[in-house]
Amino acid sequence: MSVELDVFVGNTTIMDEEVYQLWLDGHTVNDAVKVRMEGGVMDECEASKDVLLSDTMDQYRTFQMCERLLHSPAKLANQLLFQIPPHRQIMLIERCSRDALIQLTHLFQRSHNSLFLYLFVKPPPLCYVSSHGNLFFVSLSLFRYYAFDDTFVREVLGKKLSKGTKKDLDDISAKTNVTLKSCRRQFDNFKRVFKVVEELKGPLVENIRQHFLLSDKLARDYAAIVFFANNRFETGKRKLQYLSFQDFAFCAGQLISNWTVGAVDNMVEDMDVDLDKEFLQELKELKILITDKDLLDQHKSLVCTALRGKTKVFIEMENNFKNLSRGLINIAAKLTNTKDVRDFFIDLVEKFIEPCRSDRWTAADMKLYLTHYTNSAHILDTFKHQVVWDRYMGVVKSCIFKMYHD
Amino acid sequence: MPGKLKAKIVAGRHLPVMDRASDLTDAFVEVKFGNTTFKTDVCPKSLNPQWNSEWFKFEVDDEDLQDEPLQITVLDHDTYSANDAIGKVYIDIDPLLYSEAASVISGWFPIYDTIHGIRGEINVIVKVELFNDLNRFRQSSCGVKFFCTTCIPQCYRATLVHGFVEELVVNEDPEYQWIDRIRTPRASNEARQRLISLMSGELQRKIGLKVLEMGGNAVVGYLQCFDLEGESGLVVRAIGTACTLDKLSSGSAPNTNTHMHPNTAPASNACNSPSKDGKEPVFVEDLPSSSGPPTPFRALPTSSSPPPFSPSKPCSRQSSSSDTDLSLTPKTGMGSGGSAGKEAGPLRTLLRQQTQTALEQRGASSSGLLLNAREFPFFTLTSFPPGFLLHVGGVVSARSVKLLDRIHNPALGNTRSYKLLDWNSVTADEPETRDAWWEEIRQEIKSHARALGCHAVVGYSESTSICEEVCILSASGTAAILNPRYMREGCLDIGCTDHRFEEPSPPNCGFCHIPYDELNMPFPAQLTYCYHCRRQKVPDVLFTTIDLPSEAAVAGKGCLIQARLCRLKKKAQGEANATAISNLLPFMEYELHTQLMNKLKLRSMNALFGLHIQISVGENMLLGLASATGVYLTALPAPGGIQIAGKTPGDLSSEHISSIQKRINDTIAVNKELYQINPPELAEEGVGSPIPEPRHRSRLFRSHSESSDELSELDLSHGKKDAFVLEIDDTDAVEDIHSLLIDAPPPTGFYSCNTENMPGISNWTSGVQMFTSVRVLRLSNANLTNQGLNKIFTDLCENLLKSFYFKLRSMIPCCLCHLNFTVAVPEEELIQVTVTAVAMTYDKEQTQEKTAEKPVNKGSLEAEEQLQFPLELCADSSSSNIQTASKISGVGESTNISPRAASVDYGSFADRCSTWLELLRLKAHTIRRGSVKTSRRTQSLAHSVSSLERCSPLQEGRSRSLRSSRSFGGSSVTVVKMTPLSFLSGTRIIKYLGIINMFFIRETTSLREEGGVSGFLHSFIAEVFAMVRAHVAALGGNAVVSYSMKECVFMENPNKNQAQCLINVSGDAVICISETDQESSASTANTGQTGGGGTDGAT
Repeated sequence: MSVELDVFVGNTTIMDEEVYQLWLDGHTVNDAVKVRMEGGVMDECEASKDVLLSDTMDQYRTFQMCERLLHSPAKLANQLLFQIPPHRQIMLIERCSRDALIQLTHLFQRSHNSLFLYLFVKPPPLCYVSSHGNLFFVSLSLFRYYAFDDTFVREVLGKKLSKGTKKDLDDISAKTNVTLKSCRRQFDNFKRVFKVVEELKGPLVENIRQHFLLSDKLARDYAAIVFFANNRFETGKRKLQYLSFQDFAFCAGQLISNWTVGAVDNMVEDMDVDLDKEFLQELKELKILITDKDLLDQHKSLVCTALRGKTKVFIEMENNFKNLSRGLINIAAKLTNTKDVRDFFIDLVEKFIEPCRSDRWTAADMKLYLTHYTNSAHILDTFKHQVVWDRYMGVVKSCIFKMYHD
Repeated sequence: MPGKLKAKIVAGRHLPVMDRASDLTDAFVEVKFGNTTFKTDVCPKSLNPQWNSEWFKFEVDDEDLQDEPLQITVLDHDTYSANDAIGKVYIDIDPLLYSEAASVISGWFPIYDTIHGIRGEINVIVKVELFNDLNRFRQSSCGVKFFCTTCIPQCYRATLVHGFVEELVVNEDPEYQWIDRIRTPRASNEARQRLISLMSGELQRKIGLKVLEMGGNAVVGYLQCFDLEGESGLVVRAIGTACTLDKLSSGSAPNTNTHMHPNTAPASNACNSPSKDGKEPVFVEDLPSSSGPPTPFRALPTSSSPPPFSPSKPCSRQSSSSDTDLSLTPKTGMGSGGSAGKEAGPLRTLLRQQTQTALEQRGASSSGLLLNAREFPFFTLTSFPPGFLLHVGGVVSARSVKLLDRIHNPALGNTRSYKLLDWNSVTADEPETRDAWWEEIRQEIKSHARALGCHAVVGYSESTSICEEVCILSASGTAAILNPRYMREGCLDIGCTDHRFEEPSPPNCGFCHIPYDELNMPFPAQLTYCYHCRRQKVPDVLFTTIDLPSEAAVAGKGCLIQARLCRLKKKAQGEANATAISNLLPFMEYELHTQLMNKLKLRSMNALFGLHIQISVGENMLLGLASATGVYLTALPAPGGIQIAGKTPGDLSSEHISSIQKRINDTIAVNKELYQINPPELAEEGVGSPIPEPRHRSRLFRSHSESSDELSELDLSHGKKDAFVLEIDDTDAVEDIHSLLIDAPPPTGFYSCNTENMPGISNWTSGVQMFTSVRVLRLSNANLTNQGLNKIFTDLCENLLKSFYFKLRSMIPCCLCHLNFTVAVPEEELIQVTVTAVAMTYDKEQTQEKTAEKPVNKGSLEAEEQLQFPLELCADSSSSNIQTASKISGVGESTNISPRAASVDYGSFADRCSTWLELLRLKAHTIRRGSVKTSRRTQSLAHSVSSLERCSPLQEGRSRSLRSSRSFGGSSVTVVKMTPLSFLSGTRIIKYLGIINMFFIRETTSLREEGGVSGFLHSFIAEVFAMVRAHVAALGGNAVVSYSMKECVFMENPNKNQAQCLINVSGDAVICISETDQESSASTANTGQTGGGGTDGAT
């Protein structure tokens, strides 16, 4: 005797927040049942394990059906398959978390231009009240569906989003302690977003945000992931291990907004994910700063004058100036090679951050040094490439600030 | 050519990718009606095509308009090969054919493919221009309104009820045509969908014609069913109640009931003509030999010769009559002479008897007593305007086992093509056969009703269960006496009500009074004087198929009561099979009835409403499921307890028995508490009128060996013996008692019923969740006993209920209403249970207040009813506010309304104030809900409420803006609510847009990939919901009422990775508006009224 078929379908789709999270985390149905039992749902309504199992399976199926829609969230606004009507009383609005509300208001106003309300009830069953049921249910789910684990994304960052990488996911899963299912979902999300924005024109972050109805923060993170994947930045080397995803995401943001084609002219039709080739060519001109002996000495003396007495590591700075300057400018000059673009971060660490660290510079020292290093170049009479220099150093400076930690 | 149909294809969206190379689709649309087809241009390379086509015009007969659906096919253009179909949309244009319904169908429809499911959506606009046709020989019946709702629709008034209409049409099932062997599953499914759509249209048209003939303008309680008879064809049949309905202007709509109340009851009694002499003898002849059940089941008198299955004698007659049919079945070699020889004797007697009865009936009708013999005084309605229903006799039911004739299928194989050629000539006779079958059953029902002294059958329904070539036809209803005032003359034979009712019976107990003659009772029943009026006799228990009349006085709450039963049967073919089934049926009915009765007692209740007994046939077993809503009617005597008696003291120790007895007594006590059954005991002693027969507590069942004569007298009547004595004579009996106690009560905060109204709860809040659940169980153990099967089946149903409670726990306090269980045996070892129901939230506090006010003081009732009218008005006209409020303050002292009373001086202000109060009330409700979970939140909420209270109506501006934003906020997808009930809590229906009747087939050849059987069915049901919602929204509606899933046939073949499912759903598309916006003050006022005076739930 066995249950062959067991379904429960409501005219209003019932979704349990807790089960949704378990599903997203890639738990199997049985695991989810176990977690729920430990959570004490059984005490409600005198449920038995069978009841819980049946309910969990129903929920999982619902999520799987939703998943198709979640893949192209823009369709969700007018999908007909699920219905979440405003059946809860409006007065309950006080209960919802303020942040989520603001976020959703923002979202909704952009797409529908009218007031909405929603409701977030704990314990589990999740209800959203709005004048427009669908979108809200979707919005909240989306945050979750497209959310990712930083540890996981750190592993795949800069890798090609290909089948090959997907095959390695079980290793990553074992390493990061994220279930394989969840890894796959996150990986597929990256891929999906990548594929969609690849063909879109206009600003990357905005494209992601509109197409996938994501929050600003999440859209920026996705932009970073897409950007890294597209340029195949090396992030996996041992020397880079100390950097978190958020560090890289910040750097990516800097690169996107300053070094891509879109940075100069956002009306341009080119994609936001590729670096500005012209700019990279121009970077070669910076070489003069290290090849011209006079310029180099002049630059050094300007920086040293400005720094003297302001830092404990002045001696080291003075001694290392030429090395460090050569390091930074060589990185710039080589960026025309795709291979060297990939090594951008490792180069930064090897050529600049590590020497400084071994000299025990503090973050403040670093800031001081780079500020003066950048600004002094403006005073050099014979140095004509001020614009390129600023564009380059602006990004490098903020990247190094971000990356200079233990 | 009296009609012009116009269709315009606007756009598509979310289309599937049909061209892998470009990841795009070149879509175009074919629009077909009848034999005319139009095409749109191809919209190249787009998944969201904009066609914006011209208006395609079809000039057609209105007959076709009624029969045919508009068929829209979306295709992908392919230059080199055949165009691929993406999917189809069938649009039933019937709602456009009557003036009061929808005027245009316009909206996004899911594009449906029977293999892939929903594939994108298409935006279509459809209009109809209808020219008047006064041809009296016309074949169409445009203009007749159809309602699935089994009561008078909310915004209508019934001026006349004409009576029963029925029709059936037959065709060959495309799935079984020879061509099915060469065409694709898709083509076959589509042929089937289209055919059924056509047949439904035709059926509706034919019924409409009958209604026009009768002079009516609407069909209420329209029930359409399919019989998938396999090889022998496809039957679509429908029954309904023809009425003349008047649309009420929206202002007076809510007062429908008040109109007819309360003067109708006395008037009706005055109308009752004294008995007619010619009528009586028929009954006198019948009654003495009758041994039918006290109230619940009524069967015809039995023959004198004791048949082999005596215990359930009265029932057996019904099924035996089918045996007679079997023996008449032509052509087949297995005659009844050999195998059925033993039973031939009694059968023949029965046959003779049946003929006699029929003759008698015919005689009666010819003598003019029945003005219209062909007409059945049946009503598919289950609830009635107050005063309509005078007395209720009890449940009448009839079943018959038929062999689906194989005339059209003389042999399998090649000859089938011959059959097809011959089909037209065959179909001509076909409906006749089926008609005759139903006619026979209806006659039987009618005679049962008459034996109960009733002239009508209400809550009437028909159903079938088919397995291979055996078919069980069932019909059931409630015998009743109706108020002839509402009837067309001659529709009812009113002669049989007699002069016993000289005094007008009060509305809240009148329907309980026995309609039959006390001295010539149709069966031995135990009568007492009505506990309400003390004037008329009432039975001790009352079983009905209708809803609890709104005016009925009840104590406590109702609850779902189910009897479940499995019976194994040997596999057999043809007649032997049919005989075996008909032999089993009476036993099943008997046991189901016993279970129901015991469970009723166990809950300390005395009446069942909405009784529905389904018997489903499979290859090797029969399943019986009886569902009803138990209730304590205060007019009926209190039920006695259940007593356990050991037959042979040696077997089981007396301690054991007493322990069981104790458990039962405890359960009864717990249930009394649970359902808050506190009948007005005082009234009983206070009036002290004589109760003719004291209730016996301990009369014993005689058991088998004593005397067979007495056995034959045994019937379904427990009442006579106060049959709450359960005898333990073997282990089976112990099992039975245990299983009685298995039924777990619903968890706290939940109630359940299978009727429209939950007895004891009326203050619904707006939470509504309709759901469908399907569970299929595979019995792996081949050597199951009846007992084991029963246990499995019972557990299956109980577990389903438990699942519902768990899933819907966020809605607590709530009630599962209209729980409709359907059982089937799709394959040899499978049991399928399909449930459709609605969960509705209610305001708990109010209910408790109300129950606390019980027992009801009936004297105040009238005053309140008079009040009701102005109360409801006060929302609309502020001018009446002063008057209203003063009245309120007169009636109720409840603190609830005192702020309102204070504000009466300012008309409009009072209105606003009440809005604010409503808000406050809802807030309070919130707190209660919150308090269960987190106390901190509650506090903060409570704080906010109290602050709201302090600043009083000034706050109103803000809250009102919130409110309006909720109801008028724009949305791109209309929210469509669905409910199996005839109403939506918290809203008022302002317009009926037409009937929704949809049939879908879904098939898959990649079952595993779609998530197995559960995944497949889950998405199919979700898709069906989506399509229903889309059609309703396109009609301009926002809700479906009286929704039901008539059919859910699921077949699977996991080895081939295939599955197929057929679903038929129906309901009424409506526009409803929120009551809280319009009538907030009225609802608050009613609350106050309830708190102050206490009503019986009539509001």
